[in-house]
Amino acid sequence: MSSRGPRLLIWQLGEVAELVPQTPRVSSLVLDVPAWPGHLAGQHVDVRLTADDGYQAQRSYSIASAPEDPHLEITVERLEDGEVSPYLVGEVRKGDKVELRGPIGGYFVWTAGDPRPLLLVAGGSGVVPLMSMIRHREHTGSSNPTRLLYSSRSYEDIIYRDELDRLAAGGDGLTVAHTLTRMQPQGWQGYARRIDADMLSEVGWPKAEMPAVFVCGPTPMVESVASTLVDMGYDPASIKTERFGATGG
Amino acid sequence: MTVTTQQSDLKLDGNAIGGLLREIFTMEMTTAEGTCANCGAVHAVGQVVVYLNAPGAVVRCPSCDHVLMKIVQGRGRYWIDLTGVRVLEFSA
Amino acid sequence: MSFISRGFRGKRRDVASSSRVPPGQHVVDDFPVLSAGPTPRIPVSEWKFVVEGEIDQPRSWTWDEFRKLPAEHVTKDIHCVTKWTKLDTAWTGVSVDTIMEGVETAAEYIMAFSYGGYTTNLPLEDLTGGKAWVAYEFDGQPLHPEHGGPARLLVPHLYFWKSAKWVQGLRLVNEDQPGFWESNGYNMYGDPWREQRYWGD
Repeated sequence: MSSRGPRLLIWQLGEVAELVPQTPRVSSLVLDVPAWPGHLAGQHVDVRLTADDGYQAQRSYSIASAPEDPHLEITVERLEDGEVSPYLVGEVRKGDKVELRGPIGGYFVWTAGDPRPLLLVAGGSGVVPLMSMIRHREHTGSSNPTRLLYSSRSYEDIIYRDELDRLAAGGDGLTVAHTLTRMQPQGWQGYARRIDADMLSEVGWPKAEMPAVFVCGPTPMVESVASTLVDMGYDPASIKTERFGATGG
Repeated sequence: MTVTTQQSDLKLDGNAIGGLLREIFTMEMTTAEGTCANCGAVHAVGQVVVYLNAPGAVVRCPSCDHVLMKIVQGRGRYWIDLTGVRVLEFSA
Repeated sequence: MSFISRGFRGKRRDVASSSRVPPGQHVVDDFPVLSAGPTPRIPVSEWKFVVEGEIDQPRSWTWDEFRKLPAEHVTKDIHCVTKWTKLDTAWTGVSVDTIMEGVETAAEYIMAFSYGGYTTNLPLEDLTGGKAWVAYEFDGQPLHPEHGGPARLLVPHLYFWKSAKWVQGLRLVNEDQPGFWESNGYNMYGDPWREQRYWGD
């Protein structure tokens, strides 16, 4: 499927088929979108909300589901003084309709068939588009060695925690390394600090392997990781980034 | 004159205006490559710096911060300044 | 009528018809930060404010010199073209009348320019007669860089994009030339009471 998308971008309605809480602040919305044209792993949708006085607010959300999944899933973090996210995580009910358009984005995409080893680096809700890539990889039976380095505030904040454990235990070349930056549970064996060069050296591929790299999360984290990788000698052209900004909505 | 800027400014990248550019150009633009009219650096639109917390979208060169594009929407119209992009390359 | 999202209200919007709220605006309690680029960080030791252009003798002040000028405390309502209005904002700054005192010029327009490259144009008469300040304190505190500190232009009777953050100087010019936003769809004048947001308004 061409990443350009087969036709003009139009606003369409998706119906909430299921709401899946992921963490105290994060939920997935599983949507039935009848006219969905398909998508690539890493793309996003724009969601538009309209109040009855005509006021509108719009935000972008990465698609969490794989292209092969029957429903469209987006995963939303509820931000305390947000405008759209408290509606999507809190007000929305099964059966409600949500207006969206997509898929959008051809730059931050990964397709199975790319033979390179894959390094995925996620900060917080930045894991969402990378999860689409991981799920796509699983559906297509890809075996290219893949490593996810995932930074969360605490164990309770790890999105898709059980699914990632299950996939990593699957023995098909996916490894997951977590770092918890604010709080760690008793007996925590994983990393407990912000992502730095040492962690990237330990978790990532040696630059000689020339991996494809995708980094997604808050702007400061993405910029720090990308520039660290470049300083470590990775080819800048192999590093794709998506910034979620310091605030969302 | 030293003007230092803080890393964690409210900035996004070209992915955040993927939908808006698709509205305007009627095709996917985040993979398009733009040459900065100021410094000559070539960047995919997905990589350029975007400020959306403004009266319009301001797109800047990741290498030199020069304004590549300004996009304003209002009263049913778009105003687009592309003078910061010397040339935009994308596949037909 | 387009689709309505059940139960969506959005941020509390007081579209109260008050004589203090221009058409199309709503009142906010916070102070939104809008930004068209990286926030300049200018140490006051390097800060300078200038008046130049169609003027016999350009003027400039260092920070220390500027802080010695007579300052005023003013409380004003401000209106952003992105539709928020904030009432009773308290500023401390030097009136543009003070800055322009004794300036002889035939120029009728000003281009305000800022550290970081931002520009905005205004008629000179909209900056004088007690209508504008170069402000360096907000709410009794030094103006934060994200709100335009060390100093910003303050022109409350026009949309707030005219109140240039990180202002560096005023250039006196004979013709009204569009600044950063005015050249890209925004109104040359920007009167919120006549809702002059865009070209042709």
